[in-house]
Amino acid sequence: MNTTTQNHFALFGLPVSYEVDLNTLSEHYRELQRTVHPDKFANASNQERRISVQKAAQINEAFQTLKSPIRRARYILEMRGVEFDDQRDNTVDPMFLMEQIELREALAEIPKNDQGLMKLGSLQDDIQQKVQQLTSELGELLSEDSDEAMNRAKSNLHKLQFMDKLQQEAENVEEDIANSL
Amino acid sequence: MAYSDKVIDHYENPRNVGSMDKDELNVGTGMVGAPACGDVMRLQIKVNDAGVIEDAKFKTYGCGSAIASSSLLTEWVKGKTLDEASEIKNSQIAEELELPPVKVHCSVLAEDAIKAAISDYKSKGQDQKKSA
Repeated sequence: MNTTTQNHFALFGLPVSYEVDLNTLSEHYRELQRTVHPDKFANASNQERRISVQKAAQINEAFQTLKSPIRRARYILEMRGVEFDDQRDNTVDPMFLMEQIELREALAEIPKNDQGLMKLGSLQDDIQQKVQQLTSELGELLSEDSDEAMNRAKSNLHKLQFMDKLQQEAENVEEDIANSL
Repeated sequence: MAYSDKVIDHYENPRNVGSMDKDELNVGTGMVGAPACGDVMRLQIKVNDAGVIEDAKFKTYGCGSAIASSSLLTEWVKGKTLDEASEIKNSQIAEELELPPVKVHCSVLAEDAIKAAISDYKSKGQDQKKSA
């Protein structure tokens, strides 16, 4: 790895932590973006221009990673040497999966009418509550540094990913209902 | 990305969708989920006294490839012994359905589901022996 490559947190002058102040992050992001704006390199050499484009891409990638609670957690875990294999990392916690299936069944059974919209709203509140619970547990686990905490954080992050998918699908259903009314 | 005809066939006409009573002693339930795509799969088998899988049901919330992988698997395991069923590899499913590399994890999910169902069924047998 290039010695000048900074980790995403250092790039924005932030401490490595799951708690990120999104306002500060956005502010530092805009400042950094200005320093690599193409207008500044109008008269620069090809090499300088190429470096500024790479830098802009790096800043973007870092911003997108830190902004998302899911990608941020994964990034921190990877910094600490936790490995991920998207092809093979399957969740087998039966209680959690049972709940997932029940939530998805509930979503599939929502009628496409006014009443459905109400039911959907309360289902979404329910999911949001679970997301908040998982996120706050994740924050606590990531502030520890034992292997056990890291493993639990990884499994917690996986659960959040299922909840995220569920939220997206709930939004799709909401849109379908809105379009049919 | 285009799905193969076989995936589309299973997706449009899924075989053996449904559920069984998970508390029955002769039923094994396997649940797995893939966090990367958020897919969730439940696969259940009914086993007779001779250790042969008599029936299989599945419910999958996920993409066409995940639904096709579990649908195909329920067809394959019926009539097989537990040992034969546990030897099914994800690569066989992926090959049969012509899954592209990005969808191979759906077949992994199906393999993990049948393994989990078999192990759930076997653990019930042990509980029964212990309590007998």
